[in-house]
Amino acid sequence: MIRFLGVLVGLGFAFVVLLAFGFGAYAFVTSPPEQSAEARYHLAPRHDVRYSFEGPLGRFDYQQLQRGFQVYREVCSTCHGLSQVAFRNLRDIGYSEAEVRAIADQWPHQMASINPDTGEAATRKPIPADHIPGPYANDTQARAANNNALPPDLSLMAKAREGGPHYIHSLLTGFRNPPAGFEVPQNLHYNPYFANLNIAMPPPLTADGQVTYGPGNPRPTVDQMAQDVSAFLMWSAEPSMETRHQVGIPVLVFLLIATILAYLSYQNIWHGGDRRVRATGPLDPDNMDKRQQASREAGVTE
Amino acid sequence: MSFPWAEKYAPKHPFMRWIDQRLPLPRLAYGAVGGGYPVPRNLNYFWNFGVLAGLALALQIVTGIILAMHYQAGDATAFNSVEHIMRDVNQGWFLRYAHANGASMFFIVTYIHIFRGLYYGSYKAPREMVWMLGLVIFLLMMATAFMGYVLPWGQMSFWGAKVITGLFGAIPLVGDPIQHWLLGGYAPDQPTLTRFFSLHYLLPFVIAGVIILHIWALHIPGSGNPTGVDVKSPQDTLPFHPYYTAKDGFGVGIFFLVFALLVFFMPNAFGHADNYIAANPLSTPAEIVPEWYFWPFYAILRSFTADFILPAKLWGVLAMFSSILLLFFLPWLDKSPVRSGSYRPTFKIFFGILIADVLVLGYCGGSRPEEPYLMISQLATAYYFIHFLVVLPLLSMFEKTRPLPNSISESVLHGEEAEAAPIGVTPATAA
Repeated sequence: MIRFLGVLVGLGFAFVVLLAFGFGAYAFVTSPPEQSAEARYHLAPRHDVRYSFEGPLGRFDYQQLQRGFQVYREVCSTCHGLSQVAFRNLRDIGYSEAEVRAIADQWPHQMASINPDTGEAATRKPIPADHIPGPYANDTQARAANNNALPPDLSLMAKAREGGPHYIHSLLTGFRNPPAGFEVPQNLHYNPYFANLNIAMPPPLTADGQVTYGPGNPRPTVDQMAQDVSAFLMWSAEPSMETRHQVGIPVLVFLLIATILAYLSYQNIWHGGDRRVRATGPLDPDNMDKRQQASREAGVTE
Repeated sequence: MSFPWAEKYAPKHPFMRWIDQRLPLPRLAYGAVGGGYPVPRNLNYFWNFGVLAGLALALQIVTGIILAMHYQAGDATAFNSVEHIMRDVNQGWFLRYAHANGASMFFIVTYIHIFRGLYYGSYKAPREMVWMLGLVIFLLMMATAFMGYVLPWGQMSFWGAKVITGLFGAIPLVGDPIQHWLLGGYAPDQPTLTRFFSLHYLLPFVIAGVIILHIWALHIPGSGNPTGVDVKSPQDTLPFHPYYTAKDGFGVGIFFLVFALLVFFMPNAFGHADNYIAANPLSTPAEIVPEWYFWPFYAILRSFTADFILPAKLWGVLAMFSSILLLFFLPWLDKSPVRSGSYRPTFKIFFGILIADVLVLGYCGGSRPEEPYLMISQLATAYYFIHFLVVLPLLSMFEKTRPLPNSISESVLHGEEAEAAPIGVTPATAA
């Protein structure tokens, strides 16, 4: 009975889904889906840059992170926040305590605060313990200042987009003139790496030397600045990455040795000379010996 | 425990005797996972995965309890508290990545465990109850994993919660009230988050309870084995400890190696980038996809695109729930007396197709809902139902199976036609 009902139910579901398949296939053949502009012009992130933190042994290049932080401070921070990162975290990319204090003190944006005497809303300079303050008090203010577009917080950007730092680098260097016949809406900018091709952000890195790097650093070309800030945003999204890699290798070595030992003890127990099987099986080495001995005693040759 | 020759617990040390007379816990452990549990001697590596699933649950509970000490279930605080764990809690990144990837590991080993059962006929008499309790565990796991994915309150968390609870909205008449009751409102919000957190903390312990029943039910008939032939004599078995504890030790080592590779070197490989964006009720992501372990079921849900008497959405929901619920009837759908797929040549072919079918469904479930993925998943969905509800019942009537070995011991002969029994042991083949 169950089987009979089962066959009926199974055929029922199969019929309905094959009906849907029929409709879908008919529509697919008679009116093939048109390729959208996104599908036609969108480009996957270029993976042409090799970052120091890639691969299982990858480490951050602190010089590069500091250059990237400089690009963030001088260019990106005009519109984008970095709310998950505290000034004190900058110690992790090689800044000294005094430098961090100076960075916080000279930060272009203020912390919201209250006037200790009157209790009225006020602002104060950030200190190293503060999370980095963004340019806007709230999303409404941010939209009002940017043609109703909301500049996203950049803290996690390198993990919140497929391709991570490669996406950021491709996007920053990907602004170009739209293909012929492609209409870019007002206040938007054509960028084939952006999901819907039209991004509200104007090209932020426009000229070589826009940011002045200190001595001993590479020339601040647009591509170099884009790489540096992408690396910095990878750090801001995943500051524990270097520790993770450093801990991971010894853990793997330890586990590999432990697994080999576990395998050897497994083999030892199953094939050991002193195997204690209560009920011995026919293939047991002891039994094989006994069997051969019995055969010899009986004069049987195998 | 299960076989008449199972060894009785006989504590030697006076202290253990003292304990055993007052609280026979050592006796329980000895009979359940110790030297007192005789196990078929021919289990292959696929029999390691039950232990691994239990281990995965234990790891999830340990990492989860510590994470709960630092997590804040608030709609304005949840996302930032996860980042606080990643950045400011000592080794917090390890805890979180271990918990997130631990869920994937849990599902990987559980899926292998389930397909082991499907191939070797583990659901057949006398183990129907073991199979059904296992399915209950699977359903509880899915609920727990879904609610856990909502907790970080990222974009996929929020919209996933909306879509999955929306499935209940497809039920006629009572759908909407049920959805509002589940969410605690009209859309995912603070009440949703707090209740999901509460249940996400509770359900793993319910799972642990059902696992005890699952193992209890298993110990009544004893473990199955790759031949599907019943244990007939003592020489067919080995004591669980030390033989299978040693083998499981090796399996656990491999498990941890894979787990460590994920946690330390590709922790976000199974995640979706959008979940690193804080939940925003006003911005729908371009594509809403659940975690990978739900993809096959998600593909079944989405492949019903045509109204036929019932609305298409209701068909999808019915089919998705049926795709799991039908497994409860498997012991009665597949009446073939031969358990193991190794002795069922035609079943083996269909089983291979089923594996490919589920993988295809998984791939389509993770892709955008557009052609050709929809058409492919429609064909794959049709096969899924036909496999379990049509092919298996008919196969058990008509299939000509291969001859079974007379006993487990005979089946492990290494290329010999037959073998004389060792001195002093009745030949197994004579039984």
